[in-house]
Amino acid sequence: MTSIILLSVFGIINLFVGFAKSKKVLLPLVLIFLAVVFAINLMDWNNTQSYFHNMLTIDNYAVAFTGIMTLTTLLLLPFSQRYIARNDANLAEYYSLLLFSLVGAVMMVSYENLIMLFIGVEILSIAMYVLAGSDKTSLRSNEAALKYFLMGSFFTGIMLFGIVMIYGGTSTFNITEIAAAQAQLNADGLSNTMLTLGILVLIIGISFKISAAPFHFWAPDVYEGTPTLFTAFMSTVVKTAGVAAFYKLMEAAFAASYTTWFPTLVAITVLTLVIGNVGAVIQTSFKRMMAYSSISHAGYLLMALVAFNQQSDTAILFYSAAYATATIAAFGVLKMVQDNRGNATYEAFNGLGRTNPLLAFAMTVSMLSLAGIPLTAGFFGKFFVFSALLQNPNMLWLVVLAVILAAVGIYYYFKVVIAMYMQPAANQEVVEVSSLASFTLILITALTILLGTAPALVSGLI
Amino acid sequence: MITALLLFWPALAALLVLLIKGQGAKKVAFVAALVEFALSLFALSTFDTQSGATQLALSFPWIESAGISFSIGMDGISLLMVLLTTFLIPLIILSAYKHEYKNPNAFYALILFMQTGLIGVFVAMDAFLFYFMWEVALIPIYFIAAVWGGANRIRVTFKFFVYTIFGSLFMLAAFVYLYLQTPGTHSSDINAFYQLSLASESQSWIFWFLFIAFAIKMPVFPFHTWQPDTYTESPAQATMLLSGIMLKMGIYGVLRWLLPVVPFGVSQWDEVVLVLSIIGIVYASVIAIRQRDLKRLIAYSSIAHVGLIAAGIFTLNEQGLQGGVIQMLSHGINVVGLFFIIDIIFSRTNTRDITSLGGITQNAKALSIFFMILLLGSVALPLTNGFVGEFLLLSGVFQYNAWFGGIAGLTIILGAVYMLRMFQGVMFGTKSELTEAFSDLTMNEKAVLIPLVVMVFWIGLFPNTFLDISEPAVNNLLSIIKR
Repeated sequence: MTSIILLSVFGIINLFVGFAKSKKVLLPLVLIFLAVVFAINLMDWNNTQSYFHNMLTIDNYAVAFTGIMTLTTLLLLPFSQRYIARNDANLAEYYSLLLFSLVGAVMMVSYENLIMLFIGVEILSIAMYVLAGSDKTSLRSNEAALKYFLMGSFFTGIMLFGIVMIYGGTSTFNITEIAAAQAQLNADGLSNTMLTLGILVLIIGISFKISAAPFHFWAPDVYEGTPTLFTAFMSTVVKTAGVAAFYKLMEAAFAASYTTWFPTLVAITVLTLVIGNVGAVIQTSFKRMMAYSSISHAGYLLMALVAFNQQSDTAILFYSAAYATATIAAFGVLKMVQDNRGNATYEAFNGLGRTNPLLAFAMTVSMLSLAGIPLTAGFFGKFFVFSALLQNPNMLWLVVLAVILAAVGIYYYFKVVIAMYMQPAANQEVVEVSSLASFTLILITALTILLGTAPALVSGLI
Repeated sequence: MITALLLFWPALAALLVLLIKGQGAKKVAFVAALVEFALSLFALSTFDTQSGATQLALSFPWIESAGISFSIGMDGISLLMVLLTTFLIPLIILSAYKHEYKNPNAFYALILFMQTGLIGVFVAMDAFLFYFMWEVALIPIYFIAAVWGGANRIRVTFKFFVYTIFGSLFMLAAFVYLYLQTPGTHSSDINAFYQLSLASESQSWIFWFLFIAFAIKMPVFPFHTWQPDTYTESPAQATMLLSGIMLKMGIYGVLRWLLPVVPFGVSQWDEVVLVLSIIGIVYASVIAIRQRDLKRLIAYSSIAHVGLIAAGIFTLNEQGLQGGVIQMLSHGINVVGLFFIIDIIFSRTNTRDITSLGGITQNAKALSIFFMILLLGSVALPLTNGFVGEFLLLSGVFQYNAWFGGIAGLTIILGAVYMLRMFQGVMFGTKSELTEAFSDLTMNEKAVLIPLVVMVFWIGLFPNTFLDISEPAVNNLLSIIKR
């Protein structure tokens, strides 16, 4: 709860600081804000409390996910140095919008009432619509913002529609009461079409937010057009919040209707895995590949949801953490390469192993992690997801499918590794890296390897 | 404790080597590898060779909530594999002495880092640790082959990488399934896996999940298609690592994680595996006869030899298993020696084409002798190391099925054909313009070849030194398989 208040207040303070002539103070300030939020958030550990007449509940689940999302943002911001370098007029606004967006994300992992879920999604999304179009002079960025906004508001509408139908079926917005109403219906042997329809429509709404197929069409264009820093935020924090909210919804509200939504969820998962992985193979732009890769990771995360047992939350938490660390590093390096070499294709990375060994190494570790190869966090992410799913032996086929697609994933992740180490550099120029960005990259890489060798640090939390 | 030291020392040394600029890296790497060899000899001296149990063990919780522990230890089979690794790696580093690789610190650090993975595979007593180390060994060799390799290296090594990962992901899925079958709060300890009693239908598919991973690594026909290209395109040291040690990971995996874990699965499919292996022996031998590229020829001969080892192991009798273990050592020594000799020839003539070589015996007496000895070891002439292994393996296959034994026995004849044809083409005959000024071995090259040749005779003359170490462990394994 304190984290929501703090984030909002800090966001506003930040806007005022933006009036100052020098933008140099902004980044350290935001980093300190986020560190404070991270620390204060941890104080709620093992101290479950409800707020606003049960609208929000801060439990360990909420604290763990809030922690990961705050840390992700904290590790992401050092890559915004370029904005500071050119003294971007709107820097304070960008940072404040990110903080506000984080407020929405925190609400999405701690809601107790479907209204709060809806408000959280909206707060998160509106800030993101603006940030997607923040590069005002770029047509691509404008296109991304418009597409994201039109599609996003359409699906928010669908979500609201679902929530309303659920209300029609159960006469409540509170997720615990919804669960009780369903249990009552099941006990009476009744079925409720309104409720069933509502659940399915709500699933569609959330699937859009986490870019799960077949509601993923916006993702590649939006990811590609959005300025890289915000793409990274979109594919880490937004996705983590979405999946965490999704699991919370299924677990706390709709567990009793498991048989109703289970086939739908399996279908979405399979489509997401296949489309994400196959789509990524044919891309020539690294950034667009990362968009498809983010779809495919939504698929792996959904597998933990399909498993739907006591291991699911650990699997989602660990996977989100592993995916976030790797993705920040990848986008961070991409941003610096893009700023210096002008584009986001695979060729832009040629010879990076020689010109910038640190960037190339961080990128390699990040790609290994995304591909799920041991020694990196991504391996244990996939491991926890697969073992959660295999608790149900009937789902063996889905694990086999995911295994085959994970092997496909190695193909496109390694394209960039090959470009960095094995292709001659077309332009031998060294990519400029600030010392703060280098330090952050080292930190993230160390974190990825740490989680890959001592996964119990995170997996034992919830 | 010594096991942990054996496991982590190369990785630490790799970090150290990484810091050294210039060609000094190889000296440090060589010393570090020698220290590792000394450590393994120390482990041997404290090892009780009478017992088949896991010794020098160490275990502490790794992911405590999931019952996964970091547990390592060695029985006789593991110890022999560790000794093979620690014996070969210094020689492989030494064999690179004349090469001036770019970024030598990264090159040698990767070799040492890979050694940690290899040792880890051989000492892991927990399924997930085994899988973990299995991939840790793969990543460095991919980079060694892909960065320092030949012209087609990128495509070829990538195929190798994706192929092996594809297989090992199935192994992971099987391990997760087995892990979930263990009672209570689950455990991935090897003994928990050994105590499982699974229905034979599930054993049947688990068998294939595990077998595919190991078969790709070995490689067994028809999973071998990555191998000749990868061996050919990799730098000589990577080829030695792949063929000398990494291939043994696959065979070791079968011994430790396949046969005892799913014995019913094995009894359903052993005939299929034997048939595949024997097809592989004949097929690879016939192809080897037709090769003109020396590296490709040895690559195919390696498929044939591994086919025989796989066939012997799947007979599940003591001769077959013991033959498999001793042949892993022999094959590692012979193939590393042969690839080194090819590298020597290549570095002087810049070709590996048999038809454009010839007459090297006239200039290089010492090279001819070493080459001949390693070659005879490889074709299993009595008194050499190859004979012991192939004899035991063939007698194992013969006990299983006389027809299989007969066909597998062709390996001896065909092996002699392609090996002697190669020797004839390269070493005898008239000199070509490329071999006109061929110089004999340097001290450095002799320093690599002498230990290898000593081992050829040692295993050939006194095989019991090694068979005694593995015998209790093999019997222990057989008793678990036939429980």
